[in-house]
Amino acid sequence: MRTMKVRLLFFAVLRDIAGTGARELALADGATARDVWQWMRESYAPLADYAQPPLIAVNEAYAAPETVLRDGDEVAFIPPVAGG
Amino acid sequence: MPYLTDDPIDSDALVRSVLRNSDGAYVLFEGVVRNHHEGKRVESIFYDCYRPMAEKEIGAIVREVESQFPDVALAVLHRLGQLVVGDASIAIVASSPHRAESFSACRMTIDRIKETVPIWKKERGPDGEEWVGWQGKC
Repeated sequence: MRTMKVRLLFFAVLRDIAGTGARELALADGATARDVWQWMRESYAPLADYAQPPLIAVNEAYAAPETVLRDGDEVAFIPPVAGG
Repeated sequence: MPYLTDDPIDSDALVRSVLRNSDGAYVLFEGVVRNHHEGKRVESIFYDCYRPMAEKEIGAIVREVESQFPDVALAVLHRLGQLVVGDASIAIVASSPHRAESFSACRMTIDRIKETVPIWKKERGPDGEEWVGWQGKC
C-alpha cells in the first residue's frame, strides 16, 4: 500500500498533551482527517474518550473530517477557540 | 499590517492607522485580562495561536465586516503570549463618517473573532492553570 506523509500541528491543550508543537505522520493513501484524529486517540491517552474530533484545519483553512488528505498536507485540530 | 503581535498594543497608533479626514467618529474596543473567570481568580493568561491561519481568518472577518459597512475602515490587533491582569489582549478600531456604523462594525468584528479565529488562552491563578473551553468536550 502506498503511503504519504502529513505534518501534524498541535496547539493549546493538544500541544500540552502531545508534548510537542508538530510532528510528521505517515498515512495510507486515501486517509482522511478523521483517520488522523483516530490516530490521536490511540496515541494519547487523555484523548481516548473523544470519539468526535474537534474542528479541523487542513492547510490553514477549516475542513470537514471526511477531507481526504494528500502528501505534504498540514493538519491541525482546533480545540474550542478563546480569542479576544 | 499583521493582525497579530507579541508586543503591548498601542491603541493610539492603531487609531491613527485607519482614521481618515472624512471620518467623524471612531469606536475603539479593547479586550483586557480580568482577574476572575467562572468564580476563579486569574493572575495571567497565556495566548496560543495558529498564526498563519489566524492571520487569514481575521483578514476574512475584516473584509466581511467592511463589505457589510462600506463606509467603515477597520483595524484589528490581537496580542499573543503571556499577559497579566489589565493588559489589553485585543484592540479593534472602526472609523466612519458617522458614529452608528462604527459601533455596529466594531461589535460585529469582535463577535466574529471570538467565534472562528484559532487563538486559545490558558488562564493561570492561585488554583492552577487551565485551557479555557477544554472541560470534557472538544
